[in-house]
Amino acid sequence: MIKFLLKGLLRDRSRSFFPVLTVAFGVFLIVFLDAFFNGALTNMYNATAHHQTGHVKIMTQAYAAEAEQSPNELALLDLADWLARLRAEYPEIIWTPRVNFGGLIDIPDQNGETRIQGPAAGLAVDLSAGSPEIGFLNLEKSLVRGRLPEKAGEILLAEDFARRLQVSPNDTVTLIGSTMHGSMAVNNFTLAGTVRFGMAAMDRGAIIVDLRDVQNALDMQDAAGVLLGFFADDAYNNQKAETLKTAFNAQYQNTADEFSPVMCTLVEDSGLGSYFAMASSAMFIIALIFVAVMALVLWNAGLIGGLRRYGEMGVRLAIGESKIHIYLSMLGEAVLIGLGGSIIGTLGGVLLGYWLQYHGLDYGAMFKDSSMMVENVFRAQVTPSSCIVGFIPGVLATLIGNALAGLGIFKRQTAQLFKELEN
Amino acid sequence: MLKKIILGICALSVVLGAVTPIAEESIASPAAVAKPAPQTATEILQRIDDNRLSDGKIAVMSMTIHGRRGDRTISAKSWQRNIQDSFTEYLAPAREKGTKMLKLGDQLWTYAPDTDRTILISGHLLRQSVMGSDLSYEDMMEDPVLANNYNAAISGEEILNGRPAWVLELTAKKDDIAYAKRQLWVDRERFIALKENLYAKSGALLKTLDVNAVMQVDGRWLAKSMIYKDALKKDGDGTSVVIESLEFNDNLPETLFSKASLRK
Repeated sequence: MIKFLLKGLLRDRSRSFFPVLTVAFGVFLIVFLDAFFNGALTNMYNATAHHQTGHVKIMTQAYAAEAEQSPNELALLDLADWLARLRAEYPEIIWTPRVNFGGLIDIPDQNGETRIQGPAAGLAVDLSAGSPEIGFLNLEKSLVRGRLPEKAGEILLAEDFARRLQVSPNDTVTLIGSTMHGSMAVNNFTLAGTVRFGMAAMDRGAIIVDLRDVQNALDMQDAAGVLLGFFADDAYNNQKAETLKTAFNAQYQNTADEFSPVMCTLVEDSGLGSYFAMASSAMFIIALIFVAVMALVLWNAGLIGGLRRYGEMGVRLAIGESKIHIYLSMLGEAVLIGLGGSIIGTLGGVLLGYWLQYHGLDYGAMFKDSSMMVENVFRAQVTPSSCIVGFIPGVLATLIGNALAGLGIFKRQTAQLFKELEN
Repeated sequence: MLKKIILGICALSVVLGAVTPIAEESIASPAAVAKPAPQTATEILQRIDDNRLSDGKIAVMSMTIHGRRGDRTISAKSWQRNIQDSFTEYLAPAREKGTKMLKLGDQLWTYAPDTDRTILISGHLLRQSVMGSDLSYEDMMEDPVLANNYNAAISGEEILNGRPAWVLELTAKKDDIAYAKRQLWVDRERFIALKENLYAKSGALLKTLDVNAVMQVDGRWLAKSMIYKDALKKDGDGTSVVIESLEFNDNLPETLFSKASLRK
């Protein structure tokens, strides 16, 4: 039967070419948009997790309440104890402490006086050999000049920032900041290298320093602003993060002590939850619109086809084929058209998605003044779901369109058939 | 910084009656020359400035910052001349020891011995807290002569900490003054502000100063101990400042007030 229907479709291009083309185009759009949204979400999750929130984040309750100000005076103390405890209790998580701090980078002249200054957004991470932070922050690939810090007292500056301050590797730079007690902290560093993060917000004025150096500089011995946790596969899983958070907070959070720790997830901490929900809704709405529009188009195509095949249907009815059989054969044709269009559309969408995944699209210029933590190069992400996401709408739209158009068969009167055929 | 604190202390001259009388201490003797009682708010303001400002003074003070995680005390010695210039050296704690600050007119430098760097404090750094206290570097840069910057009016009379006091309302003469309005409780006999509220142009209360001990030095009544509180800080119990010693000296060495002295 399928073979019979296929032959019919292939021999009559007017029945197959336009509907397949229409379905293929719609499915292509759905598949590509799915890869596009996946890429956008993954980009945002990774950038946010690696640079700001981790997959889960621990801080004191007092710090969490004012976290946007990075209040290091409210930092988590007894850091070594906490790290040991967390690594023992949650060995599947990579735990890493960080300090976010603000300050000024001051460049001295030959007399030791200020030559030029610039505001800096500092990030202190573990830069020792083998630290996962080097990978999380993609520091090796981001290096533009010099090298990564190898010893105490070395610092990395964003390349654009370094150029603005007119400094090169091995130059001395002075960090002026605040200790966790609020005193002014003035510390000299040697510029080890410069990096370009590909994020406008960081390239403007970021500095990366080893955690121990900053603990000494800011009088934060055995303290850190935040403790980040990353899943071993470096993929954010909201359900796992929520479970972890619930268990941790039940054990350690003490509402009566503002300096007791509290854990929050990436989605909570970054506010990405609403974005994720919005993206999912957008995908659903796009698919729904596609099905409706395609169904209308294919219904229309089916009606035109029905008119064109009016005689054929009449003959088939006249020779004794039942109306339901004809109707079902039309639906069978629709399924074949839907499948064909969906396969072609999926192939096209996946291929374009892969192209964008590997080549990327540099839209950094749009974000040059932005403080959003997004990477400048956008990449799509093709997932297994991308390969099937277009199929159901593709087949469904064809089926609905043809089912509506084919209803006319049931209105044909057998008694009138020969009269109609005579005309 | 000390300078501002000292000036602030003086400016906020003591008194105000109530349940607990204010503590008093006399460090040096000479009796003050009797002056006629002021008749207007402007004259009172002038007397306050005359009482607290001098051509030269040396003070040792301690500052205790009452933070959310406990108290922290910093001590420093300050030399001040010609109202506008000051040199401060921090004595304790160990981490701050040797840090120096120099104010010459409207410029302020800090010197960090660990880095051997002299840093000009300007721009947004001026708004930073001094050593985590409730005072900012901007406070230090204010013109200490109240009569230069404010118009005064007497809004009432009260007894504060057992002392009769005028309540003065000061309104800034210029737009670029950090505190557009000040409210002072001024001891009617000693011309020292016992309490002060500092307001923004919007009317929001920015800082408060309460003097809880006074001292008499060379015939002048000055604040010995006070609490400075940043009203915008949601936490912390303010910063207590205690003047350990104070001596007037009009012959401070010129070399002290130079950038070269920061590195000595």
